[in-house]
Amino acid sequence: MKINWFKYSSPQTFYPLAEKMIPWFAWLAAILAVAGLYISFVMAPTDFQQGEAYRIIFVHVPAAWMSMVIYIVMAAWAGLGLALNARLSAMMAQALAPTGAIFTLLALVTGSLWGKPMWGAWWVWDARLTSELILLFLYLGFIALQSSIDDPRRADRAGALLALVGVVNVPIIYFSVKWWNTLHQGSSINMGAAPKMAATMLLGMLLMALAFWMYTVAVALMRVRCIMLERERSADWVKALSLGAKS
Amino acid sequence: MAIKARHKRFVLIGIGLALVGLAAMLILNAFQSNMVFFYTPTQVEKGEVPKGTSFRIGGLVVPGSLKRGDDGLTVRFAITDTSKTVPVIYKGVLPDLFKEGKGVVAQGKVGDNGVFTASEVLAKHDENYMPPEAAEALKRAQAQSKTLIMPK
Repeated sequence: MKINWFKYSSPQTFYPLAEKMIPWFAWLAAILAVAGLYISFVMAPTDFQQGEAYRIIFVHVPAAWMSMVIYIVMAAWAGLGLALNARLSAMMAQALAPTGAIFTLLALVTGSLWGKPMWGAWWVWDARLTSELILLFLYLGFIALQSSIDDPRRADRAGALLALVGVVNVPIIYFSVKWWNTLHQGSSINMGAAPKMAATMLLGMLLMALAFWMYTVAVALMRVRCIMLERERSADWVKALSLGAKS
Repeated sequence: MAIKARHKRFVLIGIGLALVGLAAMLILNAFQSNMVFFYTPTQVEKGEVPKGTSFRIGGLVVPGSLKRGDDGLTVRFAITDTSKTVPVIYKGVLPDLFKEGKGVVAQGKVGDNGVFTASEVLAKHDENYMPPEAAEALKRAQAQSKTLIMPK
């Protein structure tokens, strides 16, 4: 059997599919967040050196992960759109950018709030913090560049180029704590090594990360539906949709 | 088989990404010496640190080296990377995580007497998270294994 992979690559067929998918991801996000928050703030034990302040990791670490993952996914969609000239891919990239920017900002702000009492400084220019800040600028640059060009096709191409060039920054963020001396600590969770944290803490953090994932998918789908309507407003299927809504 | 335009674009994007990656690698390599957030006491000893300007040193606070001055603000301690040790003097509030035997990063200058005068002290903590009971058990286990090795 030959599967038609491109069936849902047209906005017309993807629009109703996205509508069906959104509640699933939204509910999953809500359930996982409630479970994750309960484990993080009620069940997880106090840390032996940081006391209660360590609980920042339940928001900070998942947010920082998402900021990097979303960038890679966004750049992949943008690159796909560039290579295949696919409208929907570019729209997906555009839909992901604001969520990525929010998670980056969240990681930076929570880290800063934690840094003052623990390190003794709100901000330091070490490799990890600086590269994460550059990530925020990349997101903002992508959003600004796309919205500053009126022709959507050209906006997509320009944005895709920026997104793809910026991908270099992601491994730099991830490995910065390994490659250089940084004030930021190394990662507690590594491939092929036992995590350096208690099991309940780890569970809380992973549940929160999953909740953030689901939230990202739900919000990106909602946003991409708006973008589809806006960009395809003169297409027949949108017209039919609005007529159907009226009658 | 004719090469499709989209395949060509995929290849072009691939080449572009590889080139950007290579460029980033070369740039980071060139900046290697400027990318360090702190120097180690061994580097200080060897004179691999910027002269005349302030820089940061990082390492562990030597256990038992912390001494508070009479004014309650001046503190003296030593930073070690387990092979070399640098004495530090600092006037100010220490961060919560500052502890003997734990990581620290101090910014300042080395005086003629070899003492590092810090203007800012930051705590660098490790990536281990555990409840106090587990930390206690770990400590006990370590102490035990030490007493097992030590007797001669």
